[in-house]
Amino acid sequence: MASELKQTLTDPLFENNPIALQVLGICSALAVTTKMETSVVMCGAVIFVLALSNVSISIVRNFIPGSIRIIVQLTIIASLVIVADQFLQAYLYDVSKQLSVFVGLIITNCIIMGRAEAFAMQNGPLASLVDGVGNGLGYSVILVMTGFIRELFGAGKLFGIVILPSVNDGGWYHPNGILVTSAGAFFIIGIFIGLLRMWKPAQIEED
Amino acid sequence: MQHSVAYTVIFAAIVCVLCAVVVSSSAVSLEERQDVNAALDKQKNVLYAAGLATPDEGLENDAIAALFVNVKQVVVDLETGQEVPNPDFDPSAYDAIKAASSEQGRDAPSNLSRVSRLPKYQVVYQVLGEGGDVEMVVIPIEGYGLWGTLYGFLALDSDGTTVRGITYYKHKETPGLGGEVDNLNWKSLWPGRKAFDDSGATAIQVIKGSAGPPSTDPHRVDGLSGATITSRGVTNMLDFWLGENGFGTYLKQLRAAHAG
Repeated sequence: MASELKQTLTDPLFENNPIALQVLGICSALAVTTKMETSVVMCGAVIFVLALSNVSISIVRNFIPGSIRIIVQLTIIASLVIVADQFLQAYLYDVSKQLSVFVGLIITNCIIMGRAEAFAMQNGPLASLVDGVGNGLGYSVILVMTGFIRELFGAGKLFGIVILPSVNDGGWYHPNGILVTSAGAFFIIGIFIGLLRMWKPAQIEED
Repeated sequence: MQHSVAYTVIFAAIVCVLCAVVVSSSAVSLEERQDVNAALDKQKNVLYAAGLATPDEGLENDAIAALFVNVKQVVVDLETGQEVPNPDFDPSAYDAIKAASSEQGRDAPSNLSRVSRLPKYQVVYQVLGEGGDVEMVVIPIEGYGLWGTLYGFLALDSDGTTVRGITYYKHKETPGLGGEVDNLNWKSLWPGRKAFDDSGATAIQVIKGSAGPPSTDPHRVDGLSGATITSRGVTNMLDFWLGENGFGTYLKQLRAAHAG
């Protein structure tokens, strides 16, 4: 049982990554990863929502009438997202302003609905919690790596601290403009998916 | 699993009530903190517009308060352009948007910025120099862009026409396109431009393409690429708030006082 739970937690990191293998949640991964700070806060919000939505849906899974299953899941997810958004506005105001609509858009993040349907509806609350945290971490791995590369090479900074002084500020580093755009994030995530599949060829889809 | 209609309805109702309780209790309990944040954010943006601070510094709350000591909040009657020396409300807690929709406000004439109501009073931030005299005035501006209303501040020199800075603290424009109104490089194009021409008419505008330096091209500012409608929105709102329905009368008196 314990090893099963551990697997539920670690599988989504590389074996069954929600972004790299399931290709869910790409939209926000492109939008919020221009900086480490926004990436990390977004990851925290997604882990919070994913873990709690999985748990609450798992608790009521045997009582949900089939005909209104999806809307019940969405109501729970939407409520949790609003709570997360309210917390960010109260405690991390600046970051929440930068994340703007993307916190609200966690509601439409396919990972969350996907895990609710695929896992929480069939499993108990504890396993669902672990699954939620695991998938949240899998999402976070990609977001943080993308954020790291984009902020470091796109702006020469990490968490807003100058690492590579840019030419505009009298330094030597020419920031790579494409990394700051969404297209840059596509390249990074694409390269990451490629590397992951070279490492684990089982993930390559057959033609 | 098949359930009766009654069961489904009751289940849905219970879920709704529970979720509503969770959402509303978090919103109510955190409201106070959010309001404090919003007020500090406003002060911070007045400082940004006036060029007294930059977003890169990551100012702490104490530092904002320390810098704000040199900023005086003055209540201005928009119609007469006169300062109100002893307003019967606290300027720092004044909510112009709420006041505009109250019975004290009035309907705004049709305008491109989609401002529908005007308050009787507005708060202007006077930045005081070392000798205690007014160095610049920061006026609130708002107007429709592409997706929604942009809220910001425009800082003018005490001569009532030279722009000292502009900043937006709330908008819904597309990140990377219209959202570039937050871009420091674009904002740095503003200081030194003239808001009014020699005849006293509002002249400043955001153009398509690039404008020259302020010395040779004082009334025009570079447009934001890929954001024609946002750029036009900025022009429209400046035209409105610098005009007679906005702070035009107040600024006219400021210019007259400066010239005299």
